[in-house]
Amino acid sequence: MTGQIAIVLFDGFAFGMLLFLLSVGLSVTLGLMGFINLAHGAFGMLGGYVTILAMRQLGLPFLVALPLAFIAAALVSVVLERTLFRRLYRAGELNQVLFTIGLVFVATAAATFLFGTVQQVVILPSWLRGSVQFAGLNFTTYRIFLIVVALLVTALLVFGLERTRLGAQIRAAVDNQRVAQGLGLNVERVFAITFALGSGLAGLGGALAIDIVGLSPSFAFHFLVYVLIVVSVGGLGSITGSFVGAALLGIGDVAGKYFMPEFGGFFIYLFLVAILLVRPLGLFGKR
Amino acid sequence: MSPMTDVLVTEGLNKSFGKLEVTRNVSIALPQGARHALIGPNGAGKTTLINLITGQIRPDSGRIALDGEEVTGLAPYARVKRGLTRTFQINTLFPDLAPIEAVTLAVCERDGKAGQFWRRLPAHADAIDEAFAILTQLGLADVAMRTTRHLPYGQQRLLEIALALATRPRVLLLDEPAAGVPKDESAALFAVISALPQDISVLFIEHDMDIVFKFASRIIVLVSGAVLLEADPETVRNDPRVREVYLGQGHHG
Amino acid sequence: MSATDPTTGTTDPKIWMRRQGRWSAFEILAWLAALTPFFLFPTYLPLANQIAIAALFAISVDLILGYAGIVTLGHAMFFGLGAYFAGIISVYGWGEPITGLLMAGAFAGLIGFIASFLITRVQHLALIMVTLGLGFLTLELANAMSWLTGGTDGLRGMNRWPVFGQFRFDLWGYTSYTYSLIVLFICFLLSRRLVNSSFGLALRGVRENVKRMPAIGSDHKWHLRKIYTISAAIAGLAGALMAQTTNVVTLDALSFQRSADVVVMLILGGTGRLYGAILGAFIFLMARDQLAGVNPQYWYFGIGILLMLVVLFMPKGILGFLSGLVSRRGK
Repeated sequence: MTGQIAIVLFDGFAFGMLLFLLSVGLSVTLGLMGFINLAHGAFGMLGGYVTILAMRQLGLPFLVALPLAFIAAALVSVVLERTLFRRLYRAGELNQVLFTIGLVFVATAAATFLFGTVQQVVILPSWLRGSVQFAGLNFTTYRIFLIVVALLVTALLVFGLERTRLGAQIRAAVDNQRVAQGLGLNVERVFAITFALGSGLAGLGGALAIDIVGLSPSFAFHFLVYVLIVVSVGGLGSITGSFVGAALLGIGDVAGKYFMPEFGGFFIYLFLVAILLVRPLGLFGKR
Repeated sequence: MSPMTDVLVTEGLNKSFGKLEVTRNVSIALPQGARHALIGPNGAGKTTLINLITGQIRPDSGRIALDGEEVTGLAPYARVKRGLTRTFQINTLFPDLAPIEAVTLAVCERDGKAGQFWRRLPAHADAIDEAFAILTQLGLADVAMRTTRHLPYGQQRLLEIALALATRPRVLLLDEPAAGVPKDESAALFAVISALPQDISVLFIEHDMDIVFKFASRIIVLVSGAVLLEADPETVRNDPRVREVYLGQGHHG
Repeated sequence: MSATDPTTGTTDPKIWMRRQGRWSAFEILAWLAALTPFFLFPTYLPLANQIAIAALFAISVDLILGYAGIVTLGHAMFFGLGAYFAGIISVYGWGEPITGLLMAGAFAGLIGFIASFLITRVQHLALIMVTLGLGFLTLELANAMSWLTGGTDGLRGMNRWPVFGQFRFDLWGYTSYTYSLIVLFICFLLSRRLVNSSFGLALRGVRENVKRMPAIGSDHKWHLRKIYTISAAIAGLAGALMAQTTNVVTLDALSFQRSADVVVMLILGGTGRLYGAILGAFIFLMARDQLAGVNPQYWYFGIGILLMLVVLFMPKGILGFLSGLVSRRGK
């Protein structure tokens, strides 16, 4: 029993780290600009398909395809941000929700048109396959890799936010946009960069997700709900919040499906509603 | 001053945000028919005091009483129902409603008719007539059926007051009613305010000292969250501490 | 649509307000057009029935979203509750449609009333997420209670009696569409009265500036709870109509897809004008019927592009856009 629990915790945490990569960008951009971007998951899907293409068509190794997924998602997102999304910053949450849902529809249709509805698989390098034995339990190598990548990204994010100039600007803009603007900060530029970085992380998450959950055109919609839960439970603009929210959701989701499959996500949604009623701004939200 | 004639009384109001004390031991009294001004430098906590009195913010300690009854624990809307009404420094209107609709709504809310979904709005003829009378009183009859967002700024400021009057206030707290209005127009606006019936007691925040000295019967000076002085205009005008506060302000500004 | 011109209007506010709520020729024409499937397109009666039900559902969402400004992504919860309630009582031996319909609406309304206390606690993203969470919660619950709901297989053994003991639900959909259209029309009349009442004005006040409402003495959360309850009941009626006229209730009735679709319909048509809900349901389902037959992906692509265009260029929806064109030409 304890072994089962340990494995569920491990798998859940790995899944949570995936969710963290997929959602942290949305959390920061939402906190920064209040822009509800439901198409965030679509950038994850884009990263996934870029990885598939890079490996299959160009024959690139997995570890080279990952940064490509990041770059592709970042570039596409910043183009969309500069041309379309910026028109909606003042348009109200409903319009943002609908516009970006429209974008998800289009992205889903485009993915189906280009790749069909089949589940894509990724062929991992041999050193990422198999599992590691520890204390009599099997830990999947790939999930360990996933956790390591996510922790590295977290460390980079925290370091970047605390120690770099851009990080200080982002923090200032999240805290109080008007003051930041008054101090001569180019909030628009900061936001475009943040948006690109956040979407790039989603792209990376999408690439890493293929081996765990597969990749099909329904990816963008399927993960949308997970991502929104992480962001709202964690609290807008908080990296710690996203991390904790993603870990809780990942573990809760895996544990629920393992121990009480008939109840599916019931408890996940129960916790979502309960947490938001007690803390409407999320666990780590400030505003 | 016996407490019976004071419509609004606050006793020892305190409020802090973190380490910042924004309201310190404020005890003021507003007698029936008052035309009091609340003045003080920027950041003195004038708007916070109005927020405390009307319930947007809860005080850390202290009491607020209206007509001798404590209202400290009441929700903002419940205070309005008892006659404690405010206006806002920044226009807080209904942009896509016509003024007549907005004021009719306020009248219906006061009479407890706003929840009736089975009667058509024109059936509330009394409420509409009263709303139109209020708008007429404030010189807004001509624009009553326009959309609020298209009204000139000065008329929007008047609509702020019209909405408050529709609640039939006993006490009216005006947060810089003339904010952003050109000087010649703001005098006209204050003429409207001072012409309000005597059964409404008024406390207003205003920066223009000419207007304050002209329209206020008494002045409360707030500095750093505490009452520095409460007196008649003549006394306030000659008080060295008030001069210090305002001259100091002038040197920096 | 309504022929109001505030700048040249009368000086009597009561006459002006009466004019706001007056029936226009467009409206009468629209309702006459709703009768044409009986005579001109009888093969489309089942689709017309779907549109009437979707329109009723969209009206229920318009009441909270368009009039009171509550953004919801979980309203299928009430649609599904109504559908399951009507379906389940017919499985257990009560197949009388009209009482079944009313009880289903009342049940959804009751749950809506309870949920309204949660809904009014939160705003913005948290509000969207709570509506979404409650929707998923209900879906998971229905899935887990398969002994009652049939789970993923759907509800089996529904038994519906003729309407008024006279009109059987026929295969072609004459009875179904008549029944749904009458319910839609009655609910529309009630909603129309509601939005033109002082309560409707209060809801617009909440939508326009929720911060001001307490300052005019309004306990606006009660208004919100009330409209949320009414909206839930109407959504329940729509769900019950679907159960009774199609004889099918599956978990699909509670799905997130349905919650999202209805908001999309409403936005396409235009919020805060009731007819937007009807027009949106019509366009959405007609387009889906035509396009999805060719290739479902075209449908998604088309609806996605359309949504983006509407948000960018027609902030008041297609109906608002059209009425803007008409009134511009009128000047």
